[in-house]
Amino acid sequence: MLDASISPLLSVQNLSKFYGARIGCKAISFDLYPGEVLGIVGESGSGKSTLLSCLAGHLAPDTGKVIFATAQGPKDTVLMAEADRRRLARTDWAFVHQNPRDGLRMGVSAGGNVGERLMAVGARHYGDIRTQAVDWLGRVEIAADRVDDRPSAFSGGMQQRLQIARNLVTGPRLVFMDEPTGGLDVSVQARLLDLLRGLVRQMGLSAIIVTHDLAVVRLLADRLMVMKDGHVVEQGLTDQVLDDPQHAYTQLLVSSVLQV
Amino acid sequence: MMTATTAMTDYNFAYLDEQTKRMIRRAILKGIAIPGYQVPFASREMPMPYGWGTGGVQVTAACLVPEDRLKVIDQGADDTTNAVSIRRFFQRTAGVAVTEATSDATVIQTRHRIPETPLHEGQILVYQVPIPEPLRFLEPRETETRKMHELEEYGLIHVKLYEDIARHGQIATAYAYPVKVEDRYVMDPSPIPKFDNPKLSGNPAIQLFGAGREQRIYALPPYTEAVSLDFEDHPFVASKADHDCDLCGAANSYLDEVITDNHGARMFVCSDTDFCRVRREDGYAGRLGASQGDQ
Repeated sequence: MLDASISPLLSVQNLSKFYGARIGCKAISFDLYPGEVLGIVGESGSGKSTLLSCLAGHLAPDTGKVIFATAQGPKDTVLMAEADRRRLARTDWAFVHQNPRDGLRMGVSAGGNVGERLMAVGARHYGDIRTQAVDWLGRVEIAADRVDDRPSAFSGGMQQRLQIARNLVTGPRLVFMDEPTGGLDVSVQARLLDLLRGLVRQMGLSAIIVTHDLAVVRLLADRLMVMKDGHVVEQGLTDQVLDDPQHAYTQLLVSSVLQV
Repeated sequence: MMTATTAMTDYNFAYLDEQTKRMIRRAILKGIAIPGYQVPFASREMPMPYGWGTGGVQVTAACLVPEDRLKVIDQGADDTTNAVSIRRFFQRTAGVAVTEATSDATVIQTRHRIPETPLHEGQILVYQVPIPEPLRFLEPRETETRKMHELEEYGLIHVKLYEDIARHGQIATAYAYPVKVEDRYVMDPSPIPKFDNPKLSGNPAIQLFGAGREQRIYALPPYTEAVSLDFEDHPFVASKADHDCDLCGAANSYLDEVITDNHGARMFVCSDTDFCRVRREDGYAGRLGASQGDQ
């Protein structure tokens, strides 16, 4: 169990984002501890992607703090200079998009895609970059002889795995995932989930996974937040929330899952 | 029919009106103050198509004074269409003296070459630039590339070099080879061959870059450092064709390959025609130089 003396990796306090008069997400607060995987579920339009974008610095929240434990101590990423935030985004953070086309450079080879983050943090030795790229392709089960192929020649599942390799190559501590299994068929989903679970455990990653697929959070997430209309309606340990939902909306969500 | 040497009086000196030249000079001064930074400017329609040097012509027009001696080269040659038209344009609209000798010129407008003869202080070298943004083909969003320049996020430019090595076994980029200026801005040196890249750095002349269609001006002040980007295990090489000039015998000048008949016979000649002519006048001769040089 969590040691009380461990400080949170990410601490979100009273975060709100409005689109004009409409609520994106409102008064969100939570702590994420090192090595913990947090799932955020909710229907379309519930504000979960807005929340993730605010956390990852893609959107500026209207109120609230997002305090990240940087190497120099806790810092509010909302207030920090953009250069520092973007440096975090390519070192300590990773962002896995739902559509791999948003997260990959489609005109650049798989090796170049994986190597980009390395080069962005200063790697200038071609041989080393390539060795690491091949190593990471292996870890996400892409054959080494595909290293010079472009992502457009890959299947959807391979593209998604490549996106994961590209994000994890610099050893981030916090991974944001937006529907990582969206658009993949179930057997490919299963492999991807298996892979993700292995990587998260091996690397001791913290992750925030936004999804509408309860099976994904059941497998990956330690803790779960249920969102509706921009508010968090229920949160707790994943099994607890899914097996004994308290809020009416969570009950609806859980009972809506098709049983095969 | 107006002859090439007759100056036109219907236009302001050097075609552009004084307010426009003033605007361009402000952009040039800003560019010189921030070496390698692309300064936006209100590029004008010029009486020539985009891609023919509208940016370079505007910069030259803003720099010219009546006492200047202008040289215009296109791929190193003084006698090709682009060079002849632009030279004649300024002869007619500005009435300035022109020359083909690199060391005599005060302003040199160039398309895709740096002259072989070393430049000296007081000279201005004006480049014609088609696409000023070195990151453009990897990142199509202008907002994003500006942000990358602002925050010095230049990992992407190495992705391009990585792709070259992955595909060709070496850095195959042979022209428009990116440089980092004074350890700050990554700059596209216009499509000069990478053979010319070392001449960018520490050059005593003022180097100005004008992109008309893209509406950008940037500059290298005299003696500015410009380092060609590379990998530790694939260092930058200023390559040229592995021959001597067939006319003047020069071993250290950039060469054009010319097919001379239908059977694949070829010759290599200096792309810098002025450099080659001076050498032949000084008595140097290459493989074919004796027969052709006297004509």
